[in-house]
Amino acid sequence: MTAPDLECRALTKRFAPDAPPAVDGVGFSVPSGSFFSILGPSGCGKTTIMRMVAGFLEPSGGDILIRGRSVLSVPPNKRPVNMVFQHLALFPMMNVAENIGYGLRRRGTSKPEIARKVGDVLERIGLPEIGTRRVDELSGGQKQRVAIARCMVLDPDVLLLDEPLGALDLKLREHMKVELKALQAAFGTTFVYITHDQSEALVMSDAVAVMNRGRFEQIGSAQDLYYRPQTPFVAGFVGDSNRWRGRVTRVDGESLELQTDGGLTLRAARNGRAIAAGDRAEVFVRPEAIHPARDAAALEGCANMLRGEVSTLLFNGAASRVRVRPEGAGADTEIEVALPQSGAFAGLARGDDVWIGWTDAQAGAFAAAAAE
Amino acid sequence: MIPSIPRNGALRAAYTAYVVLFFVYLALPLTVVAAFAFNDSQFPSLPWEGFTLAWFFGAERPMIGVFHERPILRALGTSGFVGLCVAALSVAVGTCNAFLFNRYEFRGKGLLYVLMLLPLVVPGIVLGISILVFSSRVANTAWDLAQWDIQALRPGLLLVVLGQFSFITTITTLVIAARLQKFDRTLEEAALNLGANRLTAVRTVTIPYLMPALVGAFVVGFLMSFENFNTTLMLVGSDAPLTIAMFDRLKEGSTPLLNAVSLLLMVGSSLLALLMIAFQRRA
Amino acid sequence: MTGTSARLGFVLLLAPAALWLTLLIVIPHIDLFLVSLRERIGVGQYTTSFANYGTFLDEPLYLMTFARTAIMSVLATALTLLIGFPVAYYIAKLARGRTRSVLFLLCLVPFWVSELVRTFGWMILLRETGLVSSLLQWAGLAAGPVELLYNDAAIMVGLVYTSMLFMVVPLITTLDSLDDAVIEAGYDLGGSAPSILREIVIPHAMPGIVSGCIVVFMLSLGNYLTPIMLGGKDSLWFTELIYSQFILRFNWELGAAFGFVLLLLSSVIVWGTLRLTGQTLRETMG
Repeated sequence: MTAPDLECRALTKRFAPDAPPAVDGVGFSVPSGSFFSILGPSGCGKTTIMRMVAGFLEPSGGDILIRGRSVLSVPPNKRPVNMVFQHLALFPMMNVAENIGYGLRRRGTSKPEIARKVGDVLERIGLPEIGTRRVDELSGGQKQRVAIARCMVLDPDVLLLDEPLGALDLKLREHMKVELKALQAAFGTTFVYITHDQSEALVMSDAVAVMNRGRFEQIGSAQDLYYRPQTPFVAGFVGDSNRWRGRVTRVDGESLELQTDGGLTLRAARNGRAIAAGDRAEVFVRPEAIHPARDAAALEGCANMLRGEVSTLLFNGAASRVRVRPEGAGADTEIEVALPQSGAFAGLARGDDVWIGWTDAQAGAFAAAAAE
Repeated sequence: MIPSIPRNGALRAAYTAYVVLFFVYLALPLTVVAAFAFNDSQFPSLPWEGFTLAWFFGAERPMIGVFHERPILRALGTSGFVGLCVAALSVAVGTCNAFLFNRYEFRGKGLLYVLMLLPLVVPGIVLGISILVFSSRVANTAWDLAQWDIQALRPGLLLVVLGQFSFITTITTLVIAARLQKFDRTLEEAALNLGANRLTAVRTVTIPYLMPALVGAFVVGFLMSFENFNTTLMLVGSDAPLTIAMFDRLKEGSTPLLNAVSLLLMVGSSLLALLMIAFQRRA
Repeated sequence: MTGTSARLGFVLLLAPAALWLTLLIVIPHIDLFLVSLRERIGVGQYTTSFANYGTFLDEPLYLMTFARTAIMSVLATALTLLIGFPVAYYIAKLARGRTRSVLFLLCLVPFWVSELVRTFGWMILLRETGLVSSLLQWAGLAAGPVELLYNDAAIMVGLVYTSMLFMVVPLITTLDSLDDAVIEAGYDLGGSAPSILREIVIPHAMPGIVSGCIVVFMLSLGNYLTPIMLGGKDSLWFTELIYSQFILRFNWELGAAFGFVLLLLSSVIVWGTLRLTGQTLRETMG
């Protein structure tokens, strides 16, 4: 078995002896040729991991291995990893070709060879004619591709990308997501991508690590994270969810019943997690898991069924939703429900009476954190 | 090379040592000047004869202190007067210039801007003689034509003020324009929208915003005028400002009196600078 | 706002600048040039000629002094850059937070006092009875008093000291604007300290280097105090010639010619430096 391209073992970073660690015993490995993302809110420690891998920060503990060899003693300019910086850090004093050729010049590659390689990589990123342009003459998307090309021309073992799409406007960002994935597939290089934007991570990655407060909450495929979250943080952070807190009143097998603080009685699945009657728990239900209906009969098979009134209509084309205020619940309880794309409920209006329902399997319950 | 790049320990220590040495080099002459102001000796040099305040407060020969030395006090007053005039004038004109370059587009603007920068690259002494030559020509012409003797145009305080003003205004303009550049003009539009007229808007919104720069420019102008030597040297008449008076003394030989004056100057300008910083922090 | 009042405002704002620049800068310099073209042929009688410039070119002492001033100013500028750059880099890129602002302020402090005081300090340090001489004797490195003043090295020390601020501040400003990530990117792509300095830091700092060098060169060239006080009797500086023609000999015509030659030299060097580095006066000074 070959060693993974990048492996971190119990990686820890403390900036001050008495402060909580910014990165706390994180371990993961990235197989060769895959696209790995670290997803987390700002300040969770993901940039710290990336800078340790690149060599700009020294870990307080743990090890970093590239292709099976520890690189802790290797200075950043000798590590076989390259980085696409958050604001790209293209050299403004050089033109595009000089930027891309920079690393090759450092290696002492001959001039004709540099010219050939730079030409090649420009071809591969689809910008063959821009070698002599100045960096500030490029568009946002072009800069992005040049920054990647500047690293790829060195054929690194791992390419690190530090939220490189953050500075782009929405349209371009959507476009670059697809393009980045295509570039990765074309080069076949291992990408490690960090972002706080879940859609970037979900769309592009083979595997995603969700990070919070210096730790990895869960590592898995996009589908795993979305459909089978293992911690309340992941359930709440990845995708939208309706979220209730309450006390568990009964547990039978995998199914349990919960009395929410807002006064609703819900059924949910505990998916093998240890929850007992009397515990505090949290339940997450995705808006698209909830079916709207004109009457109760249409919701046969749903363990949860509520009648309520449409309080807000959130029209957004195919992603339209309504907020429903259930009968008998407090005024601040509102449930977000995705409208089916068949258009069956397109006529729904504010104040309409509506039934909603969902199965207990689609309501994941988690033991509430001890502090709550 | 930056903190995030691991560096060799010896190299880092050498670099830090170099920076320390640099600051020693910066501080050394001033420290020495200050220290010898307290030496109980006729000369500002070793050996150390003991601590005295006589060079500040002494009233009898041979140790007449600063506060009893009439010519020095008068020169100090002259410098202060010239400094205030130059600072006030150059801040006033500098403010006009800043608005002119910030708010108006006109033909020859680029040329005017470059012309405005020129005083910075003209040697001070050339600036001095050119003004000397021109003012003498005006004075001579006035005499030839109308037997009218304009004393103000002969070397003296007016020419000193004009000479210093001629290049300090460039500095004040740059300082004020830099801040005006950062001013969000929609604030002024908001004031207009709320019923102010254009002048009131500038007075109540823009000028308060510019205040730190105005104060900064005033202090810088004052200090530059106070320190100026080259231009002043060519234009000075019988009322010598402090730098010129001290220079004349120094040519005859140095006494710790000069150290005492220098120390007072250091304290004075440091206080001024601190005051300015404090003001800008608050603003 | 009506057109006329806008026009009035414009004229009112233009007037001070116009008066200042025409009456104190442009006309005096033209006048200076005219005076330099006057040749005295009798008492109160003049003709227009280049005779004064001829005198300048014919007299080896004048030419020598001129060349010496120029060369030493260039040298002083280079030294100031070499000494100041590492310090500016340290302040801009290595120092952090409070240390950084304190160091920056410390750089400014010496320049809040007049050049005369600074020069006086060097005199106390370097003269025969001065501190350095005493220190050398005390340490047994010198048998008797050593005169360190009144030579070209002393002038150089003084010039570099006097101009340091004007080099360090623009350098700090430009180095500060260089994003750390750009330097990191250089390392990440395999660069070493010298190559990054050469290919990234220095090209980025070029505007600061140019403006610092121009100002320092101007200050050295036009300096009067430092060469007079720290230099020896026969180490002449060009500004001394101008002073003596104007004030001591009352030969304004020759003095004006000298002044114009000095102005010409400084303009040529400033213009040449800007051309060579592809900058404009506007972006360098403004």
